[in-house]
Amino acid sequence: MQEKDVIVEVKDLVKTFDGRTVLDGVNLKLRKGETTVIMGGSGCGKSTLLRHIIGSYVPDSGSITIFGKEITSLEESEFDKIRKKFGMVFQNSALFDSMNVEDNLSLALREHTELAEDIIKIMVKMKLELVGLRGFEKLMPSALSGGMRKRVGLARAIAMDPEIIFYDEPTAGLDPIVAGVIDKLILDLGKKLQITSIVVTHDMKSVFSVADRIAMLYEGKVIAEGTMEEIKHSKDPRVQQFITGSPDGPIKFFMDSGGYLEELTK
Amino acid sequence: MLSFVSAVGSVVLGTLAHVGGVFKLLVQTLFWLVIGPFKKKPPSRKNIFAQMVFSGVNSLIIVFFVALFTGIVLAMQSAYQLAQLGAVMYVASLVAVSMARELGPVLTALVVAGRVGAAITAELGSMKVTEQVEALQSLALNPVRYLVVPRFLALVIMLPCLTIFSDLMGMLGGYLVGVFNLNINSGMYINITLKFLTLKDIYTGLIKSVFFGMIIALIGCYMGLNTKGGAEGVGRATTVSVVTSFILIILSDCVLTGIFYFSNM
Ligand SMILES: Nc1ncnc2c1ncn2[C@@H]1O[C@H](COP(=O)(O)OP(=O)(O)OP(=O)(O)O)[C@@H](O)[C@H]1O
Ligand SMILES: [Mg+2]
Repeated sequence: MQEKDVIVEVKDLVKTFDGRTVLDGVNLKLRKGETTVIMGGSGCGKSTLLRHIIGSYVPDSGSITIFGKEITSLEESEFDKIRKKFGMVFQNSALFDSMNVEDNLSLALREHTELAEDIIKIMVKMKLELVGLRGFEKLMPSALSGGMRKRVGLARAIAMDPEIIFYDEPTAGLDPIVAGVIDKLILDLGKKLQITSIVVTHDMKSVFSVADRIAMLYEGKVIAEGTMEEIKHSKDPRVQQFITGSPDGPIKFFMDSGGYLEELTK
Repeated sequence: MLSFVSAVGSVVLGTLAHVGGVFKLLVQTLFWLVIGPFKKKPPSRKNIFAQMVFSGVNSLIIVFFVALFTGIVLAMQSAYQLAQLGAVMYVASLVAVSMARELGPVLTALVVAGRVGAAITAELGSMKVTEQVEALQSLALNPVRYLVVPRFLALVIMLPCLTIFSDLMGMLGGYLVGVFNLNINSGMYINITLKFLTLKDIYTGLIKSVFFGMIIALIGCYMGLNTKGGAEGVGRATTVSVVTSFILIILSDCVLTGIFYFSNM
């Protein structure tokens, strides 16, 4: 198999918050048209990793290249050229509260393109149709349910027809049918339009339906990376534990019971 | 002792960092304001208009009340003093000049800082803590261009307008006291006002209000965009923003008055 172009490359990324190292040398490569799923426990730094890639956080050390450009030292206006080529679905949707659904979706189109207003309206309708929310154009974000907000967030991320999409838990909090539709949408965008994407998710069903490659983040590092088959048959007990969701294994949720007792009675 | 020194040191350093941050925001704002249109990135007209309505038109009522009653009080207080000199009719010029030079710009700025500055910080602060600012950035929309510039421009334009309105309402307050209470002839009151009120009095006041508008917008936006820590953080940022604006308005008023005074303006 011939190597596809690397679109995004993260090298030795380190980030420390108030003395707590969250990312401790992350390495990751995304190739054109591939969907990479990032798995990992809650609070292990998945959202933080995405925030570095979209340039909201500056890393302590390490480098991130997108389309061959090193972004950590890029000027804001140059970075904005790259930003126009990607979309981000935020974990908490991050819809603009002061605008209705339609304006949320059309903002970037209005600002970055010369399209006529009626064409923008049609494009907005098409994107809303994709997430099953056609007819909700005039609602304000505060009038939407959590799952609906998430879907509007997704529609907003794909409004500009980006080449890369970052999804931060796109199906969390959705019912199984809508989650299935969203998974299929992610799959379609990747396969048919050759969009490169990162999907952060805990949902194993989702992982196995959308992933071309899987990376597992644990204690600030990517501990396993490979195709779906490779990960499924990984010998690493931490990966196996995560896939099966078993409370017993090398990843400890609870501290040792001795320590707990001590702490309670201290 | 050492901990005291280090505490003072960290407060000083923190303040300096904020000063640097506000200054940087000013530079970025001016950049987008001046260079933006040439790069085909002008600030959105719709946003500027909405902000002008919010900060200007919607402030009219409160500015009206504050200025009118200040004019009335000023007239009564000065009449009490001037009566001893037998110069009651100079209430007219005293009210007009003090409104135009000092009270109009400063009181309007304080009212607008409380009303508009607080609202700006609360709005941008809640956008910040709910990741909407990040979302703007991820859509390649510069937050300074998209959020700060329209608010900055609106305040710099509207605050002088409100100040003119406030000057007039203050003089109206003085007029009411002068004509109906001090029994100064209406034509005479207006004559004295026009005779003593120079153009300089008015434009030094307006120059002040331009600076005050910049202060309110910059502090409001800076505090909003640097909000941390949820709803509580938004509340804290709003308080800090209003207090800081108040202090800076009074401080810069003193400096500007000094400059006008010593340069004989
Ligand atoms: N701005 C910040 N300041 C301080 N600590 C932060 C900040 N952002 C993230 N963290 C810390 O970084 C760690 C990783 O957070 P992150 O949001 O990336 O987790 P996550 O993997 O996305 O978790 P989840 O699956 O629950 O969304 C957490 O421990 C969090 O406390
Ligand atoms: Mg997260």
